[in-house]
Amino acid sequence: MYAALWRILPGPSWIRVVLLLILAAAALYALFFWVFPAVAPFFAPGEESTVG
Amino acid sequence: MIGVLGELLLTTGVVMMLFVTWQMWFGDMIIGSQKQAEASALAQQWQAGAPVAPSGSDGAAGDPGVVPVLAEPGRGAEFGVMHVPRFGPDWQFTIASGTAKKAILDEGYIGHYDGSAMPGAEGNMAVAAHRWTSGAPFDPVDRLVIGDAIVVQTQDGWYTYRFRNVEYVQDTAIEVLNPVPQQVDLAANGRFLTLTSCAPKLNMLERIISYAVFDEFTPTADGPPASLTEGVDA
Repeated sequence: MYAALWRILPGPSWIRVVLLLILAAAALYALFFWVFPAVAPFFAPGEESTVG
Repeated sequence: MIGVLGELLLTTGVVMMLFVTWQMWFGDMIIGSQKQAEASALAQQWQAGAPVAPSGSDGAAGDPGVVPVLAEPGRGAEFGVMHVPRFGPDWQFTIASGTAKKAILDEGYIGHYDGSAMPGAEGNMAVAAHRWTSGAPFDPVDRLVIGDAIVVQTQDGWYTYRFRNVEYVQDTAIEVLNPVPQQVDLAANGRFLTLTSCAPKLNMLERIISYAVFDEFTPTADGPPASLTEGVDA
């Protein structure tokens, strides 16, 4: 999977590294600002409690 | 094929650890700032919609000594915004009616206990909010110092309460919500504000209860009170 990603990316190694870092940052942003806020309610602690 | 499966499993593990990181350190900042922006918008809307004070007369506001009290709205209604200068100039969260976990608390509101006093009313205005997750409005609640202003803003104006004391209780101690907190069978004899949240943080063993007493009311038309911006040496 990651090997395929490495092959798909163009350019010399250092460009691929930079591109991978950018992709990782984009993935991190998507997780932190969209995915995690959306799923957080399902992991809310203390379902039985009034205040958490 | 095995390699791809392994990579997927590793990725899942990393994402789960990232989620824990987010939950511990970033989520409340991200959600909290969003909730504070919403509260700020609501507060400014009330301020902008205020009738201009007719100079030289009290107008409809009546006697300056009379503190207007809102009727308790239906569940979920956003009727107030809480400001606490001690927690920073931008700290403000919306107060909604009711303490339902999913609909109110998990949405990053400060929840107003059903049937407890409304701002400015005789009795005990009791509110609850998360100390962790969902924007964690009451995260800094243990940093209050005696005399700190806790300002509840409604469409009518600003109700300044002064922090008096804190205590830790069992989660069964519903007496903290009584008209006079912790007093059984005693009719309201003052205007109290009670903040309830979890303690220790990240834990639900006990509750942290912060009490404040009513200090003054400032009508919306008079503009923001000094208590809102009073310098707090952190």
